[in-house]
Amino acid sequence: MSDSSDKNNDNKLNDKPPADAGQVEASEAEINLAAVGRLKGSYSIFSSVMAIVTGLLVGLIILMISNPANAGQGLLTILKGGMTGSVSGFGRAVATSIPIIMTGLSVAFAYKAGLFNIGASGQFMIGGVCAVFVAIKGTMIPDSVLWLVCMLAAMAGGAIWGSVPGLLKAYFKVNEVITSIMMNYIGMYLTKIIIERTIYDSRYARAQAVPLRARIPTLGLDTRFPGANLNISLLLCIIFCVIIFIISSRTVFGFELTAVGLNPDASRYAGINSKRTVVIAMIGAGALAGIGAFMMYLGGTGVYMDTKEIVAAQGFNGIPVSLLAMNHPIGVFFTGLFIGHITIGGENLQLFGYSKEIIDMIIAVIIYCAAFSLIFKQLLHRIIKSRSKFKTEKPGGPGPQGPGRYARPEETEVIS
Amino acid sequence: MTTIAFIVQQTMIFSIPLLIVAMGGMYSERSGVINIGLDGGMIMGAFTGTVFLNRMQGQMSGQGLLVLALMVAGVTGLVFVMFHAFASINLKANQVISGTAMNMFAPAFAVFAGRLIFGTQQVPFKDTFFIRRVPVLGDIPVIGPLLFRNAYITTYIGFLIFFAAWFVIQKTPFGLRLRACGEHPGAADTVGIDVQRMRWAGTLVSGFLSGIGGLTFVVPTSTESNATVYGYGFLALAVMIFGQWRSFKILGAAFFFGLMKTIASAYSAIPVIKNLPIPATVYKMIPYIATLIVLIFMSKRSQAPAAEGIPYEKTGR
Repeated sequence: MSDSSDKNNDNKLNDKPPADAGQVEASEAEINLAAVGRLKGSYSIFSSVMAIVTGLLVGLIILMISNPANAGQGLLTILKGGMTGSVSGFGRAVATSIPIIMTGLSVAFAYKAGLFNIGASGQFMIGGVCAVFVAIKGTMIPDSVLWLVCMLAAMAGGAIWGSVPGLLKAYFKVNEVITSIMMNYIGMYLTKIIIERTIYDSRYARAQAVPLRARIPTLGLDTRFPGANLNISLLLCIIFCVIIFIISSRTVFGFELTAVGLNPDASRYAGINSKRTVVIAMIGAGALAGIGAFMMYLGGTGVYMDTKEIVAAQGFNGIPVSLLAMNHPIGVFFTGLFIGHITIGGENLQLFGYSKEIIDMIIAVIIYCAAFSLIFKQLLHRIIKSRSKFKTEKPGGPGPQGPGRYARPEETEVIS
Repeated sequence: MTTIAFIVQQTMIFSIPLLIVAMGGMYSERSGVINIGLDGGMIMGAFTGTVFLNRMQGQMSGQGLLVLALMVAGVTGLVFVMFHAFASINLKANQVISGTAMNMFAPAFAVFAGRLIFGTQQVPFKDTFFIRRVPVLGDIPVIGPLLFRNAYITTYIGFLIFFAAWFVIQKTPFGLRLRACGEHPGAADTVGIDVQRMRWAGTLVSGFLSGIGGLTFVVPTSTESNATVYGYGFLALAVMIFGQWRSFKILGAAFFFGLMKTIASAYSAIPVIKNLPIPATVYKMIPYIATLIVLIFMSKRSQAPAAEGIPYEKTGR
């Protein structure tokens, strides 16, 4: 163990951390900042896993209440999700995941700047109607670029919708949560008006079908995995996750976002234009949610824009996706797949006579736990840090520890 | 005259639930806890309330049954909001996230429990509560047709709740203490007020009233509950902010929203509006757009409780 060298080199982060996080409690003297940093990383994953386990336990209890005989089988079905052997189940899970990965990314991106984007639903609907409108009415656009133009339209629509709460937050100090909720309803009704006035299919009371030539390219995935309905959306999701990760943790703008998220006043004092940053964060979040709708409606999975007055669930479902990933852009990709996976599991659950809403309850419990797991994580961190106070105080005080901030590189790249 | 009476009667049906729930939201926010889970509380209250009506309508009917069902709905909302209160007050969780979880859980639970008990998610009940004409009062000229005909007892209960809620928060020591906890919990603590207990009280009131509001919404507008209140909880939140967290402004806001909803849903029955070339959907958007505009104008002198949403740390003073 690294006990001896710690005493002299306290201020260095990478100074021989303990070999194994589990052994940390062996000696208080061993705990230095690097270990704390690594522990924090493990706390993030640990608290997410705890939230998921709690959610699944509650799910099991609900299964047992409604039908004890099949409860075990039911839980297995949830966990199996889309992996039921056939490729179409996998395709369904992916198709469910794609929009919520994008809305999750939207929520995560806004959260980076300290904003809670509960308006992803509105941005999603407006983005969707823009994409579908261009796809149907854009007859003069050549086939090869039509899908790209549709994506840009969705981005623009979502961005405009996201910019309103951003502008109101930056220039009028209006809470973004309430404006986002208002924008969700305004967006829902505006979508209905646009569809009914321009691209309505009155036979089915919904928008017209998206023409084949506007579909997102499949790059041969459709012939390789027949029946799975795959296209390049998942690939695009990965690209967007990586782009957002790079923007938010490797660029000056990302640093500004984090700074504004942690303390807008201090960042203004440091010369950051915090108003502009807030607006751009919301515009970016809106664009991402819009792309999610583009991927859903132009993905050829048989979903149509309808005129029922229901706020799109995909926007709200982005919230658990983002929270479960601790608002980390790369994490969002995996938690999105997970939520999509168990959602399909919930649909399969109906075979055993259970209702699929059990999944929604499980997800609600997971978010509920996530609401205080961030706090729990910080508390654990504080306790450990105060225990090792004498040895680890960095000059300049402790680092920022606001909600949803990523671990700094030196904290995650500790190698023993 | 009949048109005006019709509009007023309809407005009551839409405004009263908003009023009750917004007053509940006011209690929680002025004690310092943001409760965006009002919508969830309404759904839970509407669900258990209608289940109670469905089960008891063989034995009882009329106003007594409705009042009992309202109590059941209120208690359900109260129990439901305890999860939110525990997370946000004791565990110092992010209140918006916890409230979002509440909103997600409630409709799923209502569908699930409805299927478990009845086989479908719709819970039907017999409407034996409609009052065609209140005896004596219904015969008063002008006021009679406006307020005391074609009504539900929930309208009068709603006004009763409003005045009681206004009195308690504005005129009693308890109300003063509760408001202090939302404005400056540190100061409240130094004079011996238990901040956590006051916040629990405020949040529980919001849960109780959201439950009542849920059933108040369902009974006059439908003969079954369907695991949704069509975003009325969010609308109530907007009413509360539109009313700047003050009782009588909330009253005005609730009636403004109710009137807009009435125009949107019954515009074909109102001759003046029917002839305008504006689609009905536009009227449905107006309350939300109006809230946005009011928020912009009020932003410079917003009367939001200063400490709302911030967990109180005794040591962090």
